[in-house]
Amino acid sequence: MELSIHQKKRIRQGIIFAALLVFTIVWLLPIFGAVLTSIRTMDDIMNNGFWSLPKNVTFKNFFTAWSEGNLNTYLKNSFIITIPSLIGTLALSSLVGFALAKYKFKGNMFIYLMFVGGMLIPFQILLIPVFRLSNYLGIYNSYWGLIMIHTVFQMGFCSFFLRNYMITIPEELSEAARIDGASEFKIFYKIYMPLSLPAIAALATLEFTWIFNDYIWALVLLRDDRLKPVTAGLATLKGNFITSWSVLVAGAILATIPTIVVFVFLQKYFIRGLTMGSGK
Amino acid sequence: MKRKYIPWAFLSIPLAFYTVWVIGPTIYTMYLSLTEWDGMTAPQFQGIDNYLQLFNDPIFYTSLVNNFKWLVIFMAIPVVIGLFLAILLSKEIKWARGYKAAIYSPMILAPVVIGLIWSWIYQPQGGLLNNTLTYIGLEELTRGWLSNPNTALYAVIGAAVWRHTGYVMLLFLSGLTAISPTVIEASRIDGASAWQRFRYIILPLLKPTTVIVIVITMIQSLRAFDFVSMMTRGGPFNSTNVLAHYMYTEAFKNYNMGYGASIAVVLFAIMFIFIVMYLRQIRKGELE
Repeated sequence: MELSIHQKKRIRQGIIFAALLVFTIVWLLPIFGAVLTSIRTMDDIMNNGFWSLPKNVTFKNFFTAWSEGNLNTYLKNSFIITIPSLIGTLALSSLVGFALAKYKFKGNMFIYLMFVGGMLIPFQILLIPVFRLSNYLGIYNSYWGLIMIHTVFQMGFCSFFLRNYMITIPEELSEAARIDGASEFKIFYKIYMPLSLPAIAALATLEFTWIFNDYIWALVLLRDDRLKPVTAGLATLKGNFITSWSVLVAGAILATIPTIVVFVFLQKYFIRGLTMGSGK
Repeated sequence: MKRKYIPWAFLSIPLAFYTVWVIGPTIYTMYLSLTEWDGMTAPQFQGIDNYLQLFNDPIFYTSLVNNFKWLVIFMAIPVVIGLFLAILLSKEIKWARGYKAAIYSPMILAPVVIGLIWSWIYQPQGGLLNNTLTYIGLEELTRGWLSNPNTALYAVIGAAVWRHTGYVMLLFLSGLTAISPTVIEASRIDGASAWQRFRYIILPLLKPTTVIVIVITMIQSLRAFDFVSMMTRGGPFNSTNVLAHYMYTEAFKNYNMGYGASIAVVLFAIMFIFIVMYLRQIRKGELE
């Protein structure tokens, strides 16, 4: 039987569809596995194997991780650290982005590339001096040490991002405002900031996840367990509940809920932010 | 205010912060790498002694080699799979949006969270991997994936690959949408095969994206601290140690701050090559 081109195309697409379906299921297996583990008891898994039907479904692991494992404190700390850092870094980077996008001056390209390069350096080159600096300023082992380093370090990516967005805002708008006697700061505040809101939303989504997911700075700048964000808290949890994997995995799921919420509602912005600067 | 001072009025406060918390510390670490310092008393200047010591340090070599293995695997698996998936998903496939979201979903999880979940997957008793192998009749392959020095590094990299592949796919997808469909159509009319289309049309047009993907992949692989710290702490017998983690242990566990600083400088120097590549690509985009 002879197949038409149209039929061949449909068959090919069917095969690709099926292959992708299988791939995606395998790809998501760790997530399914984690969810399944978190609602079972360790005894059930150990006695009957992972691929057995759960004897009973329980949410006890989540409660254990939440209260005994201190996830409630850790998650609260994560928010206390993330939100001020986010506001701080967006405020400072809007100034940088505006200056680099709007004005031609000597050193513009140099400062731009410095921020772009700065976002890519390894944290290791900063760890010791920032540890020492925060000791010197008396903010070691407090939320402030983490808020400061996140605010300043994330300026690299945020300035890069906002500069590239603001450069697309037409010059005529500020010319018109200037004729009406607006100051440069007013142009920034009344024209550029409102027009950049979509970019700032994209950036806020990405940065929320990045700051929330930070681990190494929490290790270096905090000593007190009560101050730790949820990432460092999970490491503590791993030490305290060594073999109770269902509690640990339940904790990992709880730790992820805030970023999942942000991602689900702001997915469009998230992707726009991530792919910036690559599709040109 | 004079016109030429205006940009600096906007830049002064952010630049002051950046100098104190990022630029200054970078330079200070370079200085510290030339000292011996326990973190308590004053640093003692001693020239290039730390670097000479690095040359004779077997753990440093192991970490460097592990970084290199990590880099090679990261360049091979996520980049190839990511590109392949991007090409498939750029076509009209049912549920394409759902597939994309599923494949890059690991990206929103913290590396620490992934490290924890994968530690469970690799558990010898009750873990998902060994259980699955037993279930499908491959019991002889089961082992303690993270406690065996022969498999531990690859097990850790596996978790990192899972997180990175979706990112690569996203980057290639955005690169592919920038290619005009008429170019592809024209080549199809001229009778180019699927492979020829890929090799001679799509791949060359994707070059700017590919450079960014390669650089980001290199940098991500060299930044791998969280996975190692959470899953193995560099063990067993340093078989999973990498420079980023070795630096942390030397400086903050063993209080060899000067020595730690010299490891950081080596890591920085390697990454600097890729950072310069990235900056050149950015600048090229600016000049166009």
